[in-house]
Amino acid sequence: MEDRFTLNKNLAQMLKGGVIMDVTTPEQAKIAEQAGACAVMALEKIPADIRGAGGVARMSDPKMIKSIQNAVSIPVMAKCRIGHFVEAQILEAIEIDYIDESEVLTPADDIYHIDKRKFKVPFVCGAKDLGEALRRINEGASMIRTKGEPGTGDIIQAVRHMRLIQSEIRRITSLSEDELYEAAKALKVPFDLINFVHQNGKLPVVNFAAGGVATPADAALMMQLGAEGVFVGSGIFKSGNPEKRAQAIVKAVTNYDNPKIIAELSEDLGGAMVGINEEEIKLLMAERGK
Amino acid sequence: MKIAILALQGAFEEHRQMLLKLGVESFLIRNLSDYQQPKDGLIIPGGESTTILKLLKDLSIYDLLKKDIENGLPVFGTCAGLIMLDSNHLDTMDIVVKRNAYGRQLGSFYCEGEFLGIDNKIPMTFIRAPYIVSAKENVKVLSVVDGKIVAALQGKQLVTAFHPELNEDTRVHEYFLSIVSA
Repeated sequence: MEDRFTLNKNLAQMLKGGVIMDVTTPEQAKIAEQAGACAVMALEKIPADIRGAGGVARMSDPKMIKSIQNAVSIPVMAKCRIGHFVEAQILEAIEIDYIDESEVLTPADDIYHIDKRKFKVPFVCGAKDLGEALRRINEGASMIRTKGEPGTGDIIQAVRHMRLIQSEIRRITSLSEDELYEAAKALKVPFDLINFVHQNGKLPVVNFAAGGVATPADAALMMQLGAEGVFVGSGIFKSGNPEKRAQAIVKAVTNYDNPKIIAELSEDLGGAMVGINEEEIKLLMAERGK
Repeated sequence: MKIAILALQGAFEEHRQMLLKLGVESFLIRNLSDYQQPKDGLIIPGGESTTILKLLKDLSIYDLLKKDIENGLPVFGTCAGLIMLDSNHLDTMDIVVKRNAYGRQLGSFYCEGEFLGIDNKIPMTFIRAPYIVSAKENVKVLSVVDGKIVAALQGKQLVTAFHPELNEDTRVHEYFLSIVSA
């Protein structure tokens, strides 16, 4: 029998080349699905509003998540707080397709992440560097995403994380076999995972970009930097014309290496989300969970 | 022989790796000009069928693809690719398909099953999979799992509800290539 972990990694493979969109209502979920989203992330507030509201951000109301599950046929994801395994149990109980153990919500535990191997449903986790990515995978995450600063419309952090992860992967690939033990020690990850990266030149799970994607060009940038797909949070429903922007980002991810097509897609999209740049941010969500 | 792989969204890279392993030349289709290259067969991969359908239409590939399949272009659809060929979409196969037929991700499963024309069982990975509810008599049923049709052939159109590209076993891809060269 193939194990759940493999089946869960397989679902992430089906999402590749696609866009996962944050939605807060069944209506938005339908707009996302019709625009070509390969999955939606159901949450009560999009990250820009979570940032604006302050206070403690928690898992969304299961009733609201279920209303989105009933509205669309594509996979539905939802977020739980870092370390909050009971929120994760609740999401599993309502048969969510993917759980995002997310730094966008206020962490529930400042030491331990959820032991994701205990769950049947898949988890996606954020990572800023290779060590963090492999630690999450070791805990049972079957998909990784960058931890670009959510709710900002500023792509710089996602770029930083993706570049760092890719460059660390290239470095591990070039090590000699007897150097891998030291690399495993330095990155605080098991030898087997380092060895996988060494032999395959990639993470053992799918790797998406997330945080700050606001335009088709942002999405294509992340794809050219090595992302296998893109999460778009506030970028769509905080913009002037969500429907058109959503469709344009979906097409930009498919044709990420074709500037002519991306140029056409970038025309006349209306206002992008206003955004705040990283120097203006007081709270760096990417620093939550290591 | 040159096989095109529809690469609008989903697990197209896995199919490319399979063909690479079999020493068969392939290329990816991301837009209309890619599509217009000469090809001996086409693979429609797994992914989200709503996404793939939307992009097929928006990129003006849909009608050409339908015409080419009707004119005999060999095609192999896995999961979302199967859905794309059914009576509700491209309508080139006489099959009625149920989407997400096994429920959400918790209903995804792996098994080994019989496949007509291939000796011994083959690995079958079902991810939020569809199955074929009914098929007209011109459709040859190739595999049945738990009473549900999960693989079928009509003319040069091969479909599986499961993902042969996710396992090491290359025999279903070889089966498709034999249809292409026939």
